[in-house]
Amino acid sequence: MPEEKGARETLATRIEEIAKDEGIRFPPSLASELREKISRLRLTPAETTRAVRAVAQRFAKAEVDAHESVGIIAAQSIGEPGTQMTLRTFHYAGVAEMNVTLGLPRLIELVDARRVPSTPMMTVYVDPKLRKDRDAVQKIALQIEVTTVPDIATIGTVVEELKVVITPQAALLKARGITRDHLERALTEGVDTRLFELRPGSGSGESRSFAIHLKERAEPTTRSKKDEPVEEMPFRKLLLASEEAKGIQIQGVPGIKRALIRREKDEYVIYTEGSNLEKVLEVPGVDGARTTTNSVFEIYRVYGVEAARVALVREANRTLAEQGLGVDIRHLMLVSDVMTNEGDIRAIGRHGISGKKTSVLARAAFEITAAHLLHAAITGETDELKGVAENIIVGQPITLGTGAVNLVYRPGHPETVERSREEAA
Amino acid sequence: MAQGLSKRIKSLQFAFLSPDEIRRMSAIKIITADTYDDDGFPIEMGLMDLHLGVIEPNLRCRTCGGRVNECPGHFGIIELAMPVIHVGYAKEIKRLLQSTCRACGRRLPDAPSSRGDSSAEPEDGAPRTRGPKEERSCPFCHEIQQRILLDKPTTFRENGHKITPKEVRARLERIPDADVRDLGLNPKFGRPEWMVLTVLPVPPVQVRPSITLESGERSEDDLTHKLVDVLRINQRLRENRDMGAPQLVVEDLWELLQYHITTYFDNQTSGIPPARHRSGRPLKTLAQRLKGKDGRFRSNLSGKRVNFSARTVISPDPLLSINEVGIPMEVARGLTVPLEITAHNLEAAKELVRRGPSPPPTEEGRYRCGVNYLVREDGQRIKVMEKNADACAELVTPGGIVERQLIDGDIVLFNRQPSLHRMSMMAHFVRILPNKTFRFNLCDCPPYNADFDGDEMNLHVLQSQEARAEAKVLMKVEEHILSPRYGGPIIGMLHDHITAAFLLTYQNPTFTMSEVAYLLSKLNYPTPPPAGTDKNGRPYWTGKQLFSLTLPRDLTLEFRSNIWSKGDDASPGSKADSTVIIENGILKAGTIDKKAIAFEKGAILDDIARNYGMARARQFLDEMSRLAITAIGLKGLSTGIDDEDVPEGAQKEIAKALESARVKVNELVAQYKNGELEQMPGRSLEETLEVMVRRELGMARDQAGEIAGRYLGLENPAVILAKSGARGSMLNLTQMAGAVGQQSVRGERLLRGYYDRTLPHFARGDLGADSRGFVSSNYKHGLSPTEYFFHSMGGRESLVDTAVRTSRSGYMQRRLINALEDLKVVDDGTVRNTAGTIIEYLYGEDGIDPTRSYQGHAVAVDEILARVLGRLVRPGAAEGGGAGGAGPPPVAEEEMDLQAEALAEEETEEEETEDVGTPEEGGEFGGE
Repeated sequence: MPEEKGARETLATRIEEIAKDEGIRFPPSLASELREKISRLRLTPAETTRAVRAVAQRFAKAEVDAHESVGIIAAQSIGEPGTQMTLRTFHYAGVAEMNVTLGLPRLIELVDARRVPSTPMMTVYVDPKLRKDRDAVQKIALQIEVTTVPDIATIGTVVEELKVVITPQAALLKARGITRDHLERALTEGVDTRLFELRPGSGSGESRSFAIHLKERAEPTTRSKKDEPVEEMPFRKLLLASEEAKGIQIQGVPGIKRALIRREKDEYVIYTEGSNLEKVLEVPGVDGARTTTNSVFEIYRVYGVEAARVALVREANRTLAEQGLGVDIRHLMLVSDVMTNEGDIRAIGRHGISGKKTSVLARAAFEITAAHLLHAAITGETDELKGVAENIIVGQPITLGTGAVNLVYRPGHPETVERSREEAA
Repeated sequence: MAQGLSKRIKSLQFAFLSPDEIRRMSAIKIITADTYDDDGFPIEMGLMDLHLGVIEPNLRCRTCGGRVNECPGHFGIIELAMPVIHVGYAKEIKRLLQSTCRACGRRLPDAPSSRGDSSAEPEDGAPRTRGPKEERSCPFCHEIQQRILLDKPTTFRENGHKITPKEVRARLERIPDADVRDLGLNPKFGRPEWMVLTVLPVPPVQVRPSITLESGERSEDDLTHKLVDVLRINQRLRENRDMGAPQLVVEDLWELLQYHITTYFDNQTSGIPPARHRSGRPLKTLAQRLKGKDGRFRSNLSGKRVNFSARTVISPDPLLSINEVGIPMEVARGLTVPLEITAHNLEAAKELVRRGPSPPPTEEGRYRCGVNYLVREDGQRIKVMEKNADACAELVTPGGIVERQLIDGDIVLFNRQPSLHRMSMMAHFVRILPNKTFRFNLCDCPPYNADFDGDEMNLHVLQSQEARAEAKVLMKVEEHILSPRYGGPIIGMLHDHITAAFLLTYQNPTFTMSEVAYLLSKLNYPTPPPAGTDKNGRPYWTGKQLFSLTLPRDLTLEFRSNIWSKGDDASPGSKADSTVIIENGILKAGTIDKKAIAFEKGAILDDIARNYGMARARQFLDEMSRLAITAIGLKGLSTGIDDEDVPEGAQKEIAKALESARVKVNELVAQYKNGELEQMPGRSLEETLEVMVRRELGMARDQAGEIAGRYLGLENPAVILAKSGARGSMLNLTQMAGAVGQQSVRGERLLRGYYDRTLPHFARGDLGADSRGFVSSNYKHGLSPTEYFFHSMGGRESLVDTAVRTSRSGYMQRRLINALEDLKVVDDGTVRNTAGTIIEYLYGEDGIDPTRSYQGHAVAVDEILARVLGRLVRPGAAEGGGAGGAGPPPVAEEEMDLQAEALAEEETEEEETEDVGTPEEGGEFGGE
């Protein structure tokens, strides 16, 4: 369909030209919307011109004014609905089985640029080939979810024989897609061989147990202050062995506590509790292009600031929309842009943006007043009085909006006289 | 008054004061620790010396000769017997000592060039590796360096030996200027040794005024107290030192002096006990004056108290325009507008002054403005009174100013705290009215978040032409109909207006001639031709016809009403009457309710504001509120508790439904106890049970509501309120007529209280519905005692939530504002901060002002296409494709959410009643 493609391109340039006549450049989203609608409605060239011109004129009217204090408006637009948000930390997102922090605490968390969200969560999409196959997706979910020894085996301590017995449960093994060999490998790797010894235990087949015995002459692990080896009580070591066994991870991505699959339209999607973007992306079968996390910092680490900015906007927008509060996305973009302006994610507040302001007075007025003033004296700082807070403090008009412009009228000045004469003529 | 060009401070330079400078700026040396003599006269060379300025009338300053309001105050000086460390700089001093040679003062090569910022720490978060603790020696003089420790707050130790401030100062003196610069200081604005004090400036008395108590007793300022301490110890230290007292004594005194000076600067220094008043109250010294919410910066510099303002209780007046505010006469008499006298208004001004401050009312009994002050050309201010009014009138000359009382049409700013967004302060035109409250149109409630349960609001009168012009252009209420938050109207109809519009338009009622005359009496429209005649031949008019009067002539619009529900017949004249069709300003079909005219949602309002301009939108709101208020006065609407009555049969049915739910829950519990319950994936057995029980009970509640709802139709006033979107929800009605439902704390069924049970009325370990907070009664019939208790548990949580939330969100907003306040769109369309850094290349990626956007979209393309082409472009056809808009994704509704919603509704109600006494208001304006 090269013809159609050509037509689309000419329409695109046509729209661009008409807009240009009006002194406007449409953003891509609007241009494509126009293109799509005009071709769908089969407008005549004359109609197209009229329509695009009308849109361009309306667009020009809707543009922001110079010196508009967009920062304050954004802050108010996000802050004001804060009073209407719920504080309930636990809520149910798409998946009923999972708890996610939402509402005000989540918004504060985003603005604070916390490194780890209080409820990290991932949405893992699967490769196109597998995404419709429930079993295949389930398999990937199992690979992602962390499985530790207690998940598939019972751990018992036999004090009189000084051993810890680990008995795999065949049913659980199967559910997790793990074999006994698998477990054995993990145990061999995980058990501290300086202290313990792994031996096969009783039973047969898949559920044959393992036993961790204390070594007869173990190397001492703890030393007293005088650097003498201290022989620990055997039962304490046994406890240590049992604790150690419980912590051994057999499969899964570290940090992913749980992985659930859910049908979404015509595909299966994995939702996880806990987040580890970097490692999950390495799991075969995961669709890296769509998989995402609610941890902005992980996105920053894996994909960089620009992605982090988008993630911040998306998370904030989602949090607000979930509460039924409409906030224009431009406000959220501005906040995210400020937070990511320096190339990393900086918090809104004392330790982030506010603490790095150029003006001494603005910093002093925010928090830790005395420290900022003293510091300013040490380095001999100059406050250029360009911001809002500083100018209010010294009592002069701020540099935003109508305060940003000046009018000079020079009555009787040759230039003024000249101009008024010209105008009269 | 200064006119024309004004001076502007370009920058402020921060620096140390050198001892020389302190001496130069001081008017007198203070040596006596006393303040006043027995006659109450300041002692010479004491802390209240007349050279420091005057705070009492009838005295003249000995330095400048000025009187109380003329003398700005002058510093004094205390010469310290021994040098003392300034607490605020202790850390910096330590850094300097560590990075310079102890003998020659040169910078040591491995010293960090400037302050080690915390951000400079390695990314991986590993602690900075310190070099081996080997001995360092100075490359210049080969002196072996020692380890220097700061024993907080102000003691320096070198290898455990104390270094006296004197020695510290000597070392700092040795650092050459070039090295000072390398160490991150600017010697031009302060030598490091100036951080060790040798002289102490004494602030002028104006800074630390003494107050005379009623008993005639004098009470000194905290700073004066502290200075007295300093002086005393300083004196003793000098005497002891000069007498050659034992080293130990001198050192003790020296340390004491250090303590007093430390607390003089900051009385909350960690590591030392704060200096206290005799009563045990810690003294408020310099740092405390600046710090925190009530400190100088936040309380006096970032926000200031003003004149020409008033505050009183608010009440509604639907007959006022949304742009107006009703002001009581008493307030109007107290607030003035400066009127500049010129040759042109000289006579009028004289006449005005002649009226005096309280002229009699006009013949119709209307208020007339008077004059409170006359400011003459030379700046002399004369209070105009009844007695001297005529004499004052003679003094009116061009160039002077008459301070005139408010009149109708003056522009004022109106504000309600908390001022969370710019719509919290808008400009209104004055209307002087009888009675003692501020009044405004109800449509202005949402932006101010005001109601009339005792709320108070503030009013400010503008004093300059520039301010008035700006207010008129930028701050008028009508300019704020559209909110910058979401690009939709925030000012609109609410509550009764919506009910009235519903009653006026639902199924198109008819009105007789006299009714129409009444309805239109408050509107300035000619009566339209009647819609028809009834069987008696009398003309009648329809509600839709009357509503159409307020619409612009060429308005064409189609949308769904709030009462619309799935499967409604969309054709005009259908029984549901839930699809609104407006053609050329005529309402053809549909019911006008929340979706049409309410704030935030109203489609008609949105369209008018966007396409016909703010003035037209204002007119629509003004007329609509008048029409609505008369309409509801005519039609009437009452609701009472018996609106929630349901027939006995239904009640039995509800009871049965609840009972069967209870049985089912018991079954689930039994299954759980027998281990027969199937575990849900990723959930423990207990959690599985809880989820299933909650689902069961939620369904039971909904079922009860559904049964009750069958008997609650649109003829029921309470249902009209809920369905039209005026107030309340169907869930509220369900809870009144059906069952209240499950109570929860932290999103879970109740379980706290006694061991293994919520109340002693239940068996231990009872997991059934009733013992865990299911309320099967409804509000109408009343709750049982246990239910009542459970309900209050849930209620308590929401109360705590709101209390916590206000403070948390308040702090978040403060931080947001502080971080973003300096950003603006500059001439080239980029967003920049004060440093000139570009934050965004194009604001919002399209340069569109959200206020003027169409629900976030740059332009409403469909609307414009329809207008241009003259045919309707069905947005339905465009759905799916199109704008790539970031509309909020649909959110899956959980059963529990409904409960939360209901609670939220209740919450708002209660929240609002509490508003009056919030600390915000009390603190800011009450505690005078």
